[in-house]
Amino acid sequence: MSIDTAPGASANALDATSGAATGRDILHRLLMTLGPILAALIIAGCILLVVGVDPLAYYGYVLEKGLFSPLGIQQTLTRMAPLLFLAAGLIVAFRAGMWNLGGDGQFLLGAVTAAASAPVLVQVMPAWLALTCSFLISMVVAMAWSLLPALLRAYQGVNEIITTLMMTFLGTSLANVLVKLVFRDPGTTVPQTRTLPVEDRLPRLFDTTITSGLVLGLAAIIIVHLVMTRTAFGLKLRIVGANPRAAVHAGLGVPRLTVAVFAISAGLAGLAGAVDIIGVQGNVRADWNPAYGLAVIPAVFLARMNGFAAIGFVFLLSVLSIGGESAARRLGVPNHFTLVLVSIMLIVLALAEYVDHRYNQSRKA
Amino acid sequence: MPADKRDIVALEGVTKRFPGIVANDGIDLSIRPGEVHVLLGENGAGKSTLIGMLSGLQQPDEGRILVDGKPTPITSPRHALALGIGTVFQHMMLVPTLTVAENLLLGGPWWQRPRTEELEARVAEITRSLGISVKLHAKVSELSLGEQQQVEILRAMVRNSRLLILDESTSMLTPKGIEELGALMRRLVGQGLAIVFITHKLKEAAAFGDRISVLKLGRKVGEIPPERFRTLSEQEIISEIVELMFGKQKDDPEAAERPTRTVRADAGPLLQVADLAVAPTENAPGLSSISFDIRPGEILGIAGIDGNGQKQLAEALAGQRAATGGSVRLEGTAIEALSVGERRRRGLRYLTDDRLGEGTVGAFPVSINFFLKQVGASPFWRGGVEQRAEIDRRAAQLVREYDVRTPSLKTPVARLSGGNIQKVLIARELAEGARAVIFNKPTYGLDLANTLASRQRIRDTAARGLAVLLISTDLEELLSMCDRIAVIANGSLVGTVANADDARTKVGRLMIGLAA
Repeated sequence: MSIDTAPGASANALDATSGAATGRDILHRLLMTLGPILAALIIAGCILLVVGVDPLAYYGYVLEKGLFSPLGIQQTLTRMAPLLFLAAGLIVAFRAGMWNLGGDGQFLLGAVTAAASAPVLVQVMPAWLALTCSFLISMVVAMAWSLLPALLRAYQGVNEIITTLMMTFLGTSLANVLVKLVFRDPGTTVPQTRTLPVEDRLPRLFDTTITSGLVLGLAAIIIVHLVMTRTAFGLKLRIVGANPRAAVHAGLGVPRLTVAVFAISAGLAGLAGAVDIIGVQGNVRADWNPAYGLAVIPAVFLARMNGFAAIGFVFLLSVLSIGGESAARRLGVPNHFTLVLVSIMLIVLALAEYVDHRYNQSRKA
Repeated sequence: MPADKRDIVALEGVTKRFPGIVANDGIDLSIRPGEVHVLLGENGAGKSTLIGMLSGLQQPDEGRILVDGKPTPITSPRHALALGIGTVFQHMMLVPTLTVAENLLLGGPWWQRPRTEELEARVAEITRSLGISVKLHAKVSELSLGEQQQVEILRAMVRNSRLLILDESTSMLTPKGIEELGALMRRLVGQGLAIVFITHKLKEAAAFGDRISVLKLGRKVGEIPPERFRTLSEQEIISEIVELMFGKQKDDPEAAERPTRTVRADAGPLLQVADLAVAPTENAPGLSSISFDIRPGEILGIAGIDGNGQKQLAEALAGQRAATGGSVRLEGTAIEALSVGERRRRGLRYLTDDRLGEGTVGAFPVSINFFLKQVGASPFWRGGVEQRAEIDRRAAQLVREYDVRTPSLKTPVARLSGGNIQKVLIARELAEGARAVIFNKPTYGLDLANTLASRQRIRDTAARGLAVLLISTDLEELLSMCDRIAVIANGSLVGTVANADDARTKVGRLMIGLAA
């Protein structure tokens, strides 16, 4: 094989130019991400003005609590742990072209399973083993919860958006019932599970209140990213996502891969629930439903299903939600304003994308 | 070139660049009512780009487009339609989940109810003159590619186009369909319509054209204006075009040359199919009692009008479509119960005719598309982990070996021209370990050079001792390549003839339903 044949040489030359363009691309991508975020903050600020709240004070509180106060940043990083697991699960599903929107049900069932199993297991085995078992059981329960939508999609072609959303309603209710009827701690008046003693929970990082679940979450999302981009299994999933007919033509077992995608995605959502309980909460109250699953979806989209970018967006989401809770208390803005802010960002980013695309088209043309 | 008053659309010095390539370089073109303007050129000569600009998908970098003598930027496909420019693209542009009627009604004013009755009357009128039949209420996804192309032509007609652009429109039609389309084009230009007709087939260019422009590597290298066109005979035109396109003199390059290979008669069959049956679906025929044998080194052709079960046959053999009965044996081993992947591993290869729809993942790089059917296989993956260097090395080798023209290995495969995508697929299917290969319309939409190259690949494949099943709607192709030709109609083989001197007549009779 000679290297200096004409087609090869020209291909290499073009490779080099495309490599040089990457630097500009990254800059452009950064601008296209940060610009719209700034615009969204301004628009949300105008809404705050209209309801009679000083936006600067609001953002000030958000940043102070979510990012700059030592306690706040620790809470932010702790909050990231379950969100990272959920994001990892969504990346697998979305890259494979499947819409697992049942994350909240899977998350809660994982959480309840962890809350039910961990306090019992720590009494009969060493803590590390107990927690590992508890994680695994939570994962399996969440996987089982995704089986029905997975089978329906794989073998009957039933739209998984609808089935997973319906299963999430059922899952949320089931979690509630389990806490009230089966795993209820007899020692308390409010319906909640038994509490995992603080010393048996996941260790904290160094001398902070940050849970070591953060490390697990980071590991999970990075592993998922590498699996999706560097392995044969990840490529198979991406083929199914990008062109299902090509997957059939190439002889991939699409139904089996579909079930695998749902299992992995739901398993990670179950782990998210477990890590929040075993690392932070210690128990599940019957009315507890943080709805992280839906909140993470925009972050994953903004990151274009890239694991590393998703870490950044999950961090931003955490800052907004921790800081937003505090700012809401101090200024009397409803807690849900964080969601308003996130959705404005999503819309502005989408618009920016559209305008950028049109601009590129007209410039090329 | 000064604009002529008679031009309905004129291009002046139009240049269009893409990264790494000048797709169109200072093209002048004049399109007049009452003329069929034939655009000829190899793949990558810039025809598709030119059409993209005329139909509003792309804008020129330099030069201008005049409509009715006035410089008019054609800003969008909608704008192009409003100007009366209707395009039938090479790659299908219909919504697969909608019915034919719904597709035809798309683009109507949103505040009105779709005028279904009006459409039906209009379609009936047009189809009568076209001599085609269109299932208005069938879903587009259920139609064969040929039928979809007919719908696209119909759509442009329904929209009262003044200028009709046909991009490779004949490549999917039967010989009779091509003749009919040619006759229809003549009728339409007779009524004052302008037609831009893109084809690779020189005979069609000579038979249906009034004016011929030849593109080569983005430049217009020659034009035969109508005055000269009329004075030349068909043979003279063809040799002049060949001269322009290839710069070398050549007799009719599409003339059938008899295969000279001899198949060893004593060799046992490599691929045996017996009583293969597939259940019909709503708009596709099933298959019933398909039986044939192919020996090593033999090319068996499947002739027939498009949509008679060819695709179903190919898919059933490859394992993509469930068979309801019958047996398929490869080298004596029954494979009808095996999966797609297992059949491929044993050496049965299927080159699909739907290159973008199922053959490739358009957004993935060229390099990965070479190995779509080997994901996870060593040495490109080790322990499930992608070996980028190994993949790129082998891909570069295949790119060179099969002469794939791509800016880089990382280029998304959908950005390549049809001919180059086909080369990627051929490289993939013929790679090591092939024993029997099914080629489904292997030269559909390819230019002359690529068509000839693909045919040579297929002959070489057979010469290496592989069994070849060649499905094609191009009778010339089958006659020039096959040892035997079977004719498929309504999902069964109605006859098989040896490719001898009278094969053309016999196959033709079988195709139109007469006994050979």
